[in-house]
Parts: sequence; structure tokens; C-alpha cells
Amino acid sequence: MKKQKQECFGGFFNPFDLLSEEIIFMILDLLNHNPLDRKSFALACKSLYATESKHRRTLKPLRQEHLPSVLSRYPNITHLDLTLCSRLTDTSLSIISNVCAPNLRSIDFSRSRLFSTSGLLGFAINCKNLVEIDLSNATDLKDSAMAAVAEAKNLEKLCLARCKSITDMGVGCIAVGCRNLRFICLKWCLGVGDLGVGLIAVKCKLIRHLDLSYLPITNKCLSSILKLQHLEDLVLEGCFGIDDDNLAVLEPGCKSLKSLDVSTCQNISHRGLSSLINGAEGLQQLTLAHGSPVTSCLADCLKKLLLLQSVKLDGCVITYDGLKNIGNWCASLRELSLSKCSGVTDEGLSSVVAKHKDLRKLDITCCRKITDVSIAQITYSCTSLTSLRMESCLKSISRCSKLASLKLGICLNITDEGLIHIGKGCSKLLELDLYRCAEITDLGISAIAQGCPGLEMINIAYCKDITDRSLLAASKCSRLKTFESRGCSLITSLGLTAIAVGCKELTKLDIKKCHNIDDAGMLPLAHFSQNLRQINLSHSSVTDVGLLSLASISCLQNITILHLEGLSPSGVAAALLACGGLTKVKLQAAFRWLLPHRLFEHLEARGCMFQWRDKVLQVELDPKCWKLQLEDPMP
Amino acid sequence: MDLKERLSGDLQNKEHPSFTNFDTQNQQKWEDPSMLDYSTRIEPPHFLGFNQSSQTQPSNNQIKVPGQDGPVNEALQANKVQEWDPSTMLNNLSFLEQKIHQLQDLVHLIVGRRGQVLGRPDELVAQQQQLITADLTSIIVQLISTAGSLLPSVKHTLSAATPSIGQFGQFGGVVFPPGQGMNGGVQPQNASASKVSEQPNTVDVSSNSGNEQNHIIEEHDMKDEEDAEDGENLLPGTYEILQLEKEEILAPHTHFCTICGKGFKRDANLRMHMRGHGDEYKTPAALAKPHKESSSEPTIIKRYSCPYAGCKRNKDHKKFQPLKTILCVKNHYKRTHCDKSYTCSRCNTKKFSVIADLKTHEKHCGKDKWLCSCGTTFSRKDKLFGHIALFQGHTPAIPLDENKGSIGSCNYTQKSGEE
Repeated sequence: MKKQKQECFGGFFNPFDLLSEEIIFMILDLLNHNPLDRKSFALACKSLYATESKHRRTLKPLRQEHLPSVLSRYPNITHLDLTLCSRLTDTSLSIISNVCAPNLRSIDFSRSRLFSTSGLLGFAINCKNLVEIDLSNATDLKDSAMAAVAEAKNLEKLCLARCKSITDMGVGCIAVGCRNLRFICLKWCLGVGDLGVGLIAVKCKLIRHLDLSYLPITNKCLSSILKLQHLEDLVLEGCFGIDDDNLAVLEPGCKSLKSLDVSTCQNISHRGLSSLINGAEGLQQLTLAHGSPVTSCLADCLKKLLLLQSVKLDGCVITYDGLKNIGNWCASLRELSLSKCSGVTDEGLSSVVAKHKDLRKLDITCCRKITDVSIAQITYSCTSLTSLRMESCLKSISRCSKLASLKLGICLNITDEGLIHIGKGCSKLLELDLYRCAEITDLGISAIAQGCPGLEMINIAYCKDITDRSLLAASKCSRLKTFESRGCSLITSLGLTAIAVGCKELTKLDIKKCHNIDDAGMLPLAHFSQNLRQINLSHSSVTDVGLLSLASISCLQNITILHLEGLSPSGVAAALLACGGLTKVKLQAAFRWLLPHRLFEHLEARGCMFQWRDKVLQVELDPKCWKLQLEDPMP
Repeated sequence: MDLKERLSGDLQNKEHPSFTNFDTQNQQKWEDPSMLDYSTRIEPPHFLGFNQSSQTQPSNNQIKVPGQDGPVNEALQANKVQEWDPSTMLNNLSFLEQKIHQLQDLVHLIVGRRGQVLGRPDELVAQQQQLITADLTSIIVQLISTAGSLLPSVKHTLSAATPSIGQFGQFGGVVFPPGQGMNGGVQPQNASASKVSEQPNTVDVSSNSGNEQNHIIEEHDMKDEEDAEDGENLLPGTYEILQLEKEEILAPHTHFCTICGKGFKRDANLRMHMRGHGDEYKTPAALAKPHKESSSEPTIIKRYSCPYAGCKRNKDHKKFQPLKTILCVKNHYKRTHCDKSYTCSRCNTKKFSVIADLKTHEKHCGKDKWLCSCGTTFSRKDKLFGHIALFQGHTPAIPLDENKGSIGSCNYTQKSGEE
């Protein structure tokens, strides 16, 4: 394709030469929401190709091997996302720092490994303008690597989530080295305690966002944290060392605070919380999930926060008084999350939604005591709702015309009628989850596909009556990225072909237990769905041929091939070797012994991980069985 | 037989009442007039008019000591405790020889009787064993204290192990007339009293050492007192200033047994030791703290001055800061004006003049070195972080061996949990 187009324009005067670069840049600025559009733009002609290369600022390379050529094509890259390159050697690091050093401002290593401390040191020293580094999940990196990172003096944003091997010493190096730090995430850095965090608070005065989730810290560092003048976002999730006694001694807190997360801090009750937010009058977001019970005392201490917009109380025990007092708050909430809260009743919820009419997002998943009385009240008073998450559903939801995400997982009573209402009312729907909604048929799906053309994700797993007709309808949703149809045994390769042709952006496909899908479905998929990243073929009728054809999808990273009867060891070996970009493969454990060990060593060295499964085939449960299981614990 | 009876009686008393019992008894019985005589010796300040006679007290005490050998005692009196004196040694040795002969006689006697007495053999054998054990114990104690006077270093360890010696001393003190030891210890005590230049009235050095426990207390427990009192703001003139001389400060002991002359750092330890010298020292009143006898009397606050001229702790200094207790004086003087003679055997670099400081250092020496980029090392991480928080540009230094380790592990490990 590329060659053809170049030939077309080759000999002629190029009209695009008349357009100035600025104008093309402006056009490109508008093409940002879909990466494929930019790709086709660049492929149009040489000059557009060159302009696009100059314009591009962010890059998400797929493979390490291509880094030198890709980086030389795009000289103005400022943000490099390496999350798809799981293997990243010191050599690649030095290539990056040599080519992009002057412009590079942001880099993401969160999914990469294999680079060493010395590689990191050279990188940090070379890239003087680096502002943002994401080093999450680098569990091997030690304090010396943090000392290397501290060489990036201009760093403003640093993410170190799950860097388990670093200690206070490493964090101390960063605190001293990176004085401009505004954002730091130390989540799950279990080796970091009061001293390291305290030093960050003392040395980095510009901190705005501080994530200290699951750190073994106590109140010793809290007092210096709350003295930070610019702190806006503080996450203390799962800090079990902080309790009421400690918090009682704190002086008036941080005035700049806008968002506070103390979820899973079971030792903080309303007393501790009120001393934490003491003085933080500008608080907008508060997360208290899985914490102490929400009583009227707790609700009262939040009463005076005028700017409060979002409150998350997931998994808390809520008393009726507590819920009623939420309705008395001064602020008008935009977002309220009450999922898995025991104690939420129709009466309580109604009093909440009656007051907070501006609610945009409401999560009442697993609030088992509420009935359609609540839903009616919600849809009546909160007309601007954009996201509603709940279990049981009725047609009244369709009143929320801006609804973008609807999760109806395991709603056994949903019928086509309800879906037709949704399709008519919620044209902006992006995500629809119908997992195990066994009553729905092609009619409902067709209505959704017609009414919601912007749909990006649909899950119709275990909706056993769905046939190819639904898939033909769904293929009209050209934005579809995720399609999951596990256990829909009626759909065939024909339906899948329609999806492959219609939905070019498809990245995630799950056709597990679709017994009627065979190699005939794989061939169009391999041809049209060039953006496919993840596929699950377990229990389908695909054979060696279908699997091998998938190798032409260069993006493919993640495949699950369990219980495929038509698969031979040599076919698997050929397919694995052909798919160069694989990072994760789920295979039947038997193949481990059937294929040469050297093959796996080679693939692992290429950056591919294997997960061996040895599960015996389970007989599919009857849908009614699910229903019974669910109804049992209910009163 | 007389000997035997006394011994067995004493053995029955072997079990001491617990210390807590002592305390309650003390408070009740303190006013007992019969004890006042004893208490005057310990606590002269309460009898302010008494100071003249306090010098004569040693002789009073000596009279009370039962069965003291006159000539030996006189010879001992002339000696100073700390200095090695051949004649004292000779006396002690001859005394020991005498004792061994006595024991030998006793054993002879037992051997002779064995043939005659046939009735109740079990009881008799037990009694004989007790008797010999007691005698041997007292000989050992004497031997140790004799050797102790010779070696200052041995004295340190002796004083630390006093509880057991105190028990031994009990036998020795009862069975044999005490005082043959080193009685000269009485003299330095009184000499120091007379040397206190400023306030001859408040001569009692021993009672002021701030020690309130009945147990044996190690000196370094309180060594930080010197620093602790820095914040104190007493107005000049509201307290008395005492100044000890260099020799007194450097003397290893401040409390001496008036009977055997053994030296102690603390009066409580001395009182424990005194129990071995007879029943009269075991009474609650005798064992009680000589302190706090008269709470009604207004006590004048005492503070101490360092004898070193020009020192800030010297009373002639412009910004004089007094020292709170004798212990503070001692530690201050040794730390500030003496050579640091104790070297840490582990690092061979750190030197101390107070042995307790060395012991404290040795507890931490070589453990977890927390290093700053400026080269300063800290034994504690929080101290390092306090240092870094204080100074601009200082950063934690990561030890080199860690660097090597991390490079190796990063290159070759591929953990499956990474994804």
C-alpha cells in the first residue's frame, strides 16, 4: 500500500508543497484522538510523511529492535512510552539518550526491565531536560539506581510504584537531587519509611502530588508532609501505621489540599480524619473506601467542606444516619461511590440523591438492599448522570442521555426490551458489559449497535442466544476496540470476519469457548485487524494454520491458546517463532515437554513470558445454576 | 563449739528480706532513736554543729567493732588504701595464714571426733560441712580483697560484682573479727571532707551522689546527667558552690567501708557490703538511704564547680555553668581535662576518658554505618537523615558493595512476576 501511494505522487507536482508547515501542523493537532488517522496521513506522500515526523511529540514503540530507526525518523519526540518494550537493555537506553537527549522530557519504563543501574545513570546524566520518569515495577532496582535517578536534576514527576528494593537511603538521594519534584508516587515501596518520606517533605518544597500507599509510615513524617505549601493530592491508602492517636497531635493541616485518599486505613476514624483535613477547606475529593464505618459523626465532620465534589465510600459500613447526613452536606457532589457498602437502603439513598442533584457519577454496585424505588429516584433527580454502575437495571436508566459506561454484569433478568431502551436513550455509550445476561438476543444487541455507534467496548460473554447477526450489527461500530464473546457457541467465523472487516481498531478479542470459530475466521482477522494486541482462542476450533496466520499481526503481544484440539507441537513452535512481538503466552502445560527446551529459552530471551496452565476442562455450568448461586446469599 | 553455734545461726539468717520490704520498713522505723547514732556518721549535714566531731568518728566506730586486733589495726590505719604497701600486705597474709591454721585445727578436730561420736551421724556431718564451707569462703573473700587493694583494675570488676561478695562477706564478718582488712579507707573519706574548701559545713560528699537505689548501680547509667542539666537556669547566689580537688575527682572510690576499707563508688553499694559486717548493719534503718531524713528542713541547693581554671564549669568563669552532682563533676573532669586513655578495641580510632563512654561506644561500634556524601558516618539512620535535612547539598551515600550487587541482579534476573 505504501509503495503504491508513493508511486502515485512520485512524478507529479505535489500540491501539498503549497501548504505551509504550520497549517499542516494545525491539521495534525486535530488528528490526535486516533493514532491510526495519523498513520494514514503520514502514508499519503513523502512530504506529509516528513511533516508528520517533525510534528510527532509522543511515541510508543512496540519493539526495542526498531528504536534506532524509529527515533531517527521522529527527531522531536518529547514523550517516550516504552510500556510495550518489555526488554530494554542498557544499549537501548544509550541510543535513546544519544538521539533524543535535547528534547526528551518524559519517559515511561514502567513495563520494561533488564536495564541496569549504570545504564540508568548514563541516561539520567545525558537527558538534562528530563522532567518525568516512570520507573514503576522495577523491583530489582536498588538504592544505587535511585542515586542515578537523582542525577536528573530537573525531574518534576517520578513514579516508583512497586520498587520494593529501594529504601530510605535511595529516596533520600532523590529528595536531595531532584529539588523540583512536584509529583512522586512511592506506592508499595515497602522499604521506605518515615525517614525517607520525611526528607522528601523537607527537601522538595514544590510537591503537589504525594502517593504513599501501603508504606510503613507513621505520624512522624505526617507533620512535615502537611507543612508542604503546595500539596494538593495526598494518597495514604493502606497506611496502617497511621491512627487516631497519632493524628490527634497534628497542627492545623495543609490548606492547599484538594484530594485526600485514606482508603483501607482502618485505624483512622472520624476523629483522625477531622484532624487530617483540619484547615483543608479546599478539599474536593475524598476517598474513604474500606475504612471505618460511615456514621453520622463521620458525615458531620465533612459537612463544612464547601468545595467537595467527589466522595468514595466503597466497601464501608454505612449507617442510615450517616447516609442521611451526607444529604445535609453544604457541597453538591458530582461523584459518589457506594459500591459494596452494606447498609445502603432505598430511603437513605433517596435522601442523598434528592440533595445532590448534580451527580454525574454514581456507583451503587452490589448494594443489594436497593430496589427500583432508588433507581427511579436517581434517574428523576440526577439528570446529568454520565456513569451509573449497578447490578439490577431497569429501562429508567435510559433517561440518562449522557451515560457513557454501563456495566450490567450478571444481571440475569435483563431482556432485549431494556437494551432497546438504552439504545434509544444513551447514544453516547462507550462501554457496555452484558456478562452473563443470558436473556438477551440479537434484537437487543442490534438495537445497541444502531443506537450507540461510538461503542468502544462490548462484552457479551455467555449470552448463549447471540448469533452472527449480532456480530454483523456490531461491526458497524467502527470504534470498537474490545470485543468479548466467551461461550457464545452460536457465533461462527462468518460473524468474526464481519467484526474484523468493520472494526479496524480492534485491539482485544476474546473468543474463548466459541466452538464454531475456526481457521476461516483467523485469516480475515490476520489481514484486517492489524492493531490486535491480545487474543484468547481457548476452546475454539482454530488449528495450526489459523494460529500461524496470526503472525502477520505485528502488534500481537498476548495470546492465550488453551485446549485447542487442532494444535500440534510443531504448529505452536512455528507460530511462536513467527510472532516476533509476543510478550505473554498462555499455553497448555503439556507443550512444555513436547517442544525443545531451547525454543523456550530463545523466546524468553526475546522478551516473551510463558504461563503454563494445566486445568482440566470444566463442564459449563447451566445459566440457571448461576442464578441459584447468586440468589442464595440474598435475604 | 561456740564457733559452730554462731556459724549455724548465721546460716539461718542467710536469706535476706527482699528490697521492697526494706523500703517500707525504712519509712516506718526511721525515727528509731537507737539508729540515730549510726546515721550521724552517714549524714553529717543534718547535724550542722557536728562537723568537728565527725573527724573523730572513725575511732568511735572502731571501738564498736567487736574483737578488733589492736596492733594490726593500728598498722592498717596508717596506710592509705590505694597505694600498694608491703607492710599491709604482710599483715593481711599473716592474717590469712592464721585463718588457714584455724581451719586446719577444726578439720583435725572433726577427724579426731569421727571415731568417738556414733549417734546422729547425719546431722553432724552436715554441720561439719557447713562449718568448713563457711571458713573457706571467708578465706577466699579475704584473699580477693587483699589482691584487690593491689590492682586498681581488679577493683573495678570487684565493685561490679559486689552482690555476691556481700554475701560472702557476711560469713567472714561474723566468724572472724573484722577490721583486719584495709581499714584505712576511713581516712580518705574524712580527708576529703576537710578539703572541701568553700563550705566546710557541708562536708558530706558521699550522701550527695544523687543515688537513690538500693541496688548496685553502674556508673554510666547516669553519665548523661552532665548534659541534661545544661538547661537549668539557677540564679547565681541561690545555691552553694562546692569544688573538689583534682585528686578527689580522680579517686576511683568515694565510699569506703570503715571496717575493712573496701572502696565503693556508691553509698548504696557500701550499705549492701556493710551487711556482711554484722547484724547491726542489717537493720532497715542502717540499710535505708541516709537521704531525705528531714523533709521539713529547707535544703540548700548544692552545685559543683570544676577545679580546672578557665573551664566554663569553673566558678571563676564569666559564664559559669555549675555541675549538678559529684558524678557530673567526675565525668566532666575526665572527659574535658584528662587524657583519653581508653581506646575502642574494635575500631582502634575512638578514644575515651570515661570507661562508661567506651562501653556505650562499643555497643554500637562497627554496626550499620550510615554514610553521608560529606564523609560523616552515623551509627543511626535517623541521625543521618537529620544531618541531611539540615545541610544543603548533602546526600545519603549508597555503599559500594550494593552497587555491584544491583548491576549483577538487573542483568541476569527475569522475574516472572514482572509483567
